[in-house]
Amino acid sequence: MALFIRNKCINLAKQNLSILHKKIPNRPSTKRLYASFTYIPDTPSSSHGETTRMNMFQAVNSGLDIALGTDPTAVLFGEDVSFGGVFRCSIGLKDKYGADRVFNSPLSEQGIVAFGIGLACAGATAIAEIQFADYIFPAFDQIQNEASKYRYRSGNLFDSGPLTIRTPSGAVGHGALYHSQSPEAFFAHIPGVKVVIPRGPIQAKGLLLSCIRDKNPCIFFEPKILYRSSIEEVPTGDYTKPLSEAEVIMEGDDITMVAWGTQVHIMREVAMMAQEKLNVSCEVIDLQTILPWDMKSVAESVVKTGRLLIAHEAPLTMGFAAEIASTIQNECFLNLEAPIERVCGYDTPFPHVFEPFYLPDKLRCYEAVKKLVNF
Amino acid sequence: MAAVGGRIVSRCVSCLSRTAVFRRIHRPRNICTSTAVCCSKSENVSHFEDKPEFPGSRSQFTSRLEFLEPDRFEGIPVYRVMSRNGEIPEKDQDPHLDKETVLKMYHDMTLLNTMDRILYESQRQGRISFYMTNYGEEGTHVGSAAALDPRDLVFGQYREAGVLMWRGFKLENFMDQCYGNVGDKGKGRQMPVHYGSKDLNFVTISSTLATQMSQAAGAAYAFKRAQNNLCVICYFGEGAASEGDAHAAFNFAATLDCPVIFFCRNNGYAISTPTKDQYRGDGIASRGPGYGMVTLRVDGNDTFAVYNSVKAARDLCLRESRPVLIEAMTYRIGHHSTSDDSSMYREYGEAGYWAKKDNPINRIRAYMERQGWWDEKQEQEWMKDSRSRVLEAFSKAEAQKKPNPELMFDDVYDEIPEHIKKQKDQMKQHVNQYKEFYPLDIHEEMT
Ligand SMILES: Cc1ncc(C[n+]2csc(CCOP(=O)(O)OP(=O)(O)O)c2C)c(N)n1
Ligand SMILES: [Mg+2]
Repeated sequence: MALFIRNKCINLAKQNLSILHKKIPNRPSTKRLYASFTYIPDTPSSSHGETTRMNMFQAVNSGLDIALGTDPTAVLFGEDVSFGGVFRCSIGLKDKYGADRVFNSPLSEQGIVAFGIGLACAGATAIAEIQFADYIFPAFDQIQNEASKYRYRSGNLFDSGPLTIRTPSGAVGHGALYHSQSPEAFFAHIPGVKVVIPRGPIQAKGLLLSCIRDKNPCIFFEPKILYRSSIEEVPTGDYTKPLSEAEVIMEGDDITMVAWGTQVHIMREVAMMAQEKLNVSCEVIDLQTILPWDMKSVAESVVKTGRLLIAHEAPLTMGFAAEIASTIQNECFLNLEAPIERVCGYDTPFPHVFEPFYLPDKLRCYEAVKKLVNF
Repeated sequence: MAAVGGRIVSRCVSCLSRTAVFRRIHRPRNICTSTAVCCSKSENVSHFEDKPEFPGSRSQFTSRLEFLEPDRFEGIPVYRVMSRNGEIPEKDQDPHLDKETVLKMYHDMTLLNTMDRILYESQRQGRISFYMTNYGEEGTHVGSAAALDPRDLVFGQYREAGVLMWRGFKLENFMDQCYGNVGDKGKGRQMPVHYGSKDLNFVTISSTLATQMSQAAGAAYAFKRAQNNLCVICYFGEGAASEGDAHAAFNFAATLDCPVIFFCRNNGYAISTPTKDQYRGDGIASRGPGYGMVTLRVDGNDTFAVYNSVKAARDLCLRESRPVLIEAMTYRIGHHSTSDDSSMYREYGEAGYWAKKDNPINRIRAYMERQGWWDEKQEQEWMKDSRSRVLEAFSKAEAQKKPNPELMFDDVYDEIPEHIKKQKDQMKQHVNQYKEFYPLDIHEEMT
């Protein structure tokens, strides 16, 4: 279901539904404070020129606009892409670049990715949209067995490098099983693809352009809650952000916190809580690229702090935190002051009404901080 | 091929005569659209004595290089019983349903409509998180459900609430699911409209499109082996029919002789995507013969035609143990869902046309009025009554608590494994420590 388009809606049945105006006895509780976060705008690099206030879907749109404008082979397609996409990311682009470059595909994720691989293999730049990350699995075979292995199996005669798959992911408060998942770990297990997740508009545009221009197939997860809730000044021109480079967004000495996407913002607030309430100084790292990930930056930080907390929305078992933890205990064993902590979604499908209990929210992360310093 | 004016002049690859075909918006073709007109031989004569002996062949050799041109075939007709104003011109097509049955059809269709309005509105007010209306498709639901045995197993997509209603799913069952409260048999885990009922033989809805289709074939195969004389029906949208799973389903059902009815609701749109971007053949029905499936296209806004079709399909399914494909032509009058604004992609008034001019509810009502079974007074009373029933169920559901948060960990497996038990304990311990920060007030108490 295309969720989350919050536009004006015509009420086909203009009825006077009097009862609906009565007091609601069991109104959704407002006590979800710790699962939410405040978006703190980033500062654009001055070297990237002029800026405009954009939210994340506008930043993605701007990135796509530049990709299509600078590369005449580039095409953009997927379910409902033509009218602007269910999250508005491709709005206006069909009119600007024509229906042969920005188009609807039939409803088949397997088809979308395979078509993209074909385009890429024939030398065109393919930007494919999968409407929700939860629906990427019909394309899993095409990604895992095809896109990722094109170069390797042909001895570099052929490759699928010009393919980028964009897809909205993550929790939004009411998405339940099939509009909430964060499946990055599945794809992090595939040598040959790159997996990237931005934390906000500036990163989204720069990283997306990097993915599109990268010589390897990339999967770009866009945390859908950030499409509208993250707003900042974004450079209007062409710029890229490097892949496989983590970014330290808050410096600290006692604990290293690693996250990506929405969870970065939760971590930042936990870091502030820790400072305020526990006088613990946290270093927050946005991993940004999940595969191949920036081991060096994380290890350097852990060497300094001696403690590591990793958090993600995806279930604990086999989540990408497991990979980071394993690598870091190997790289930094003698520096560690406490066992590495993970705060993640539980090992259940993503539930609807239980979402506030399911998420790795601020309080759960805060408890992990206490555990780390009290070890 | 050379473009001359707005036309493309080309040669027919079959008879090589010069032909002109009008430039098509989507794909110019350089074969003539009507071989019957330009090719000298209009029927096939084989110059060979033998017949193709390739495995499965059932045709002849031909010396004519002639492509199968899809547009040469006439469109598959739309089976209809009742005109828009409720008349039945061919008396032998009248299903002769008794008054009680027709009234139940009408009641369910209109009750569904009323429920849709109220739940749609309640989502706009933030009282439930999501909703999808069934506007315009009520006839496909009720007509098909009425023709089935209530024990026939249903695999739905998500826009088939009327099927459940016909089978006796109560207003409070719908509402409880949409609220994800303690009354929800699905235990609050799924988004609104993801209904399911073991008692009513309706497999719980999943958001993932087309995944239910091959499952339906498998279930039908099990039914066949059990010799229970029941069939399976699988509903899906014309959009979902583009998924690879749809192909697998058709092919599995056909090759394994599964007693399943594939019921396509072709409502013109898959979210914003119109059918012209979804397929280029003659709808979904044209695929049936390709898979070796008996196929019928029906006017989905004609509840009686849908009824007759499904009844006949069911008989055929069971008698011959084979799948049937039905394509019900209808129109999605509402937005795709509460997350969608269809004015972004379809003309204002387009939906209004269908709502007013070709609406299954109006049509069956016209029939009832002709029969003298219904009048304005009854309509007024029923509308009042049904509204108050819906509103009553609505407030009841709203007043109920959500399930105990611990239920989040149940049913991942039949029994909770150790690692999940540990997580469950951690969750309880953590939430108890920070009680005031979690919405425990709207949930049933934890143990
Ligand atoms: C595998 C998968 N891909 C994409 C979606 C998102 N989605 C939900 S409904 C829908 C359109 C379905 O259209 P159709 O099958 O025609 O059914 P209708 O909504 O018209 O009843 C899409 C693309 C999904 N739910 N599942
Ligand atoms: Mg449809």
